Amino acid sequence: MPKIKMPKSSPSLDMTPMVDLAFLLVTFFMLTAQFRGEEPVIVDIPASQKEIPIPDRDIMTITIDSADRVFFNIDNKAVRANLLKKMGEKYNVSFTEEQTKTFSLMNSFGVPMNNLAEFISANEGGREKMNKQTKGIPVDSANAATNQLRDWIIFGRLASAEFHRDKGEANVSKLRFAIKGDARANYEIINAILKTFQRTDINVNQFNLLTDLEGKVTAE
Amino acid sequence: MADVNTGGDGGGGKHSKKRAKKTSTHIDMTPMVDLAFLLLTFFVLTSTFSKPTTMEITMPVDEGEKKKVFHALTILLMEDDEIYYYYGELKEDGSTQVNKTNFDPDKGIRKILIEKNRNAIDEIRKLKKDLIAKYAKSVSQDSLNRLVNKEVLSVHRRPDDQDPTLTVIIKADPKCKYGNVVEMIDEMSVAEIGKYALVDISPAEKEIVETIKSGGNNP
Repeated sequence: MPKIKMPKSSPSLDMTPMVDLAFLLVTFFMLTAQFRGEEPVIVDIPASQKEIPIPDRDIMTITIDSADRVFFNIDNKAVRANLLKKMGEKYNVSFTEEQTKTFSLMNSFGVPMNNLAEFISANEGGREKMNKQTKGIPVDSANAATNQLRDWIIFGRLASAEFHRDKGEANVSKLRFAIKGDARANYEIINAILKTFQRTDINVNQFNLLTDLEGKVTAE
Repeated sequence: MADVNTGGDGGGGKHSKKRAKKTSTHIDMTPMVDLAFLLLTFFVLTSTFSKPTTMEITMPVDEGEKKKVFHALTILLMEDDEIYYYYGELKEDGSTQVNKTNFDPDKGIRKILIEKNRNAIDEIRKLKKDLIAKYAKSVSQDSLNRLVNKEVLSVHRRPDDQDPTLTVIIKADPKCKYGNVVEMIDEMSVAEIGKYALVDISPAEKEIVETIKSGGNNP
């Protein structure tokens, strides 16, 4: 019996170009990706036409969410560890080695000093819960004793200056100050923060307000 | 999952014969492609391209003495996105004309700022045109930009005693939104205003705004 030969068409495609492209894209996105730690709150920053990008290093960021709560962040692990030590001394809170390490790897936080140790030791879920409940870092522009943001700024600046001094750099005051405010936050709290920065014992008058880029408009 | 297809199905009956075994070089790439696209999707979704930009502001330092400004517009940012403004000094007898406006891009505060700062805007535009016409062919784009910025800045920062450009004083009420303040500072760059300051609102100004709000005529 004659065999009927069915034409065997292979169902497989040559996927090589597609795979090449896919890996090219993967490589591109992997190399361009910037990993940031999770922010405790979602902040909807206002738009502006300013095009200057924000620097990555030597920056202290004060975040204000839509409920007027204040969060603090400073970059650099070494600076953070030193800052926590200084704050602990000031407020008579002792932090363990483990806590200091955790803190130095953390991102923004917005808890008062008396809750900070608990916040650091908490697991992710616990921190999330505390972030929801917290009222933010206490800011009181009139009363220095209850203005904890003032201490964070003073010691943060000191820790940053020490870091640069230890590296033998001539210019130690490289730290810049950024305000990342939600567009819906009340100006009252922003003003209190600006006033805190402008106190005679801090004397910072230049700020970077974080904004999102929007279309350019010019006057005709 | 990641098995290699050696092409055993193809030559099923010929295994008994002594012949160089034809091994197919085809590898099943499906799992690898799956993984590649999975990674691709992950990185596409997590990457953020728009880095936040920064608006640099310098706050005025209280030096005790009040500096007199000649050509000044005061903008009061109030609750519910309302803007009140007046030109010149706030006179104690209440004869200052305080007007209300909004953030409308065509009829709002932008139009008022542009009108008030017309001279400086025209001057800057002419300056830019002249500089570009003069240097566009001889210098690079970068140094041309630098040159233009420098000249524009000298117009922005011109001292008050020689043909003053408009100074804007932004006074924000504690109840106004932070977004409005940023928007107002942004308007300064639109209207080419080089001199502006963010100052606290005074009780007298609050009172005037309250009077206007409660339906009373502008005194």
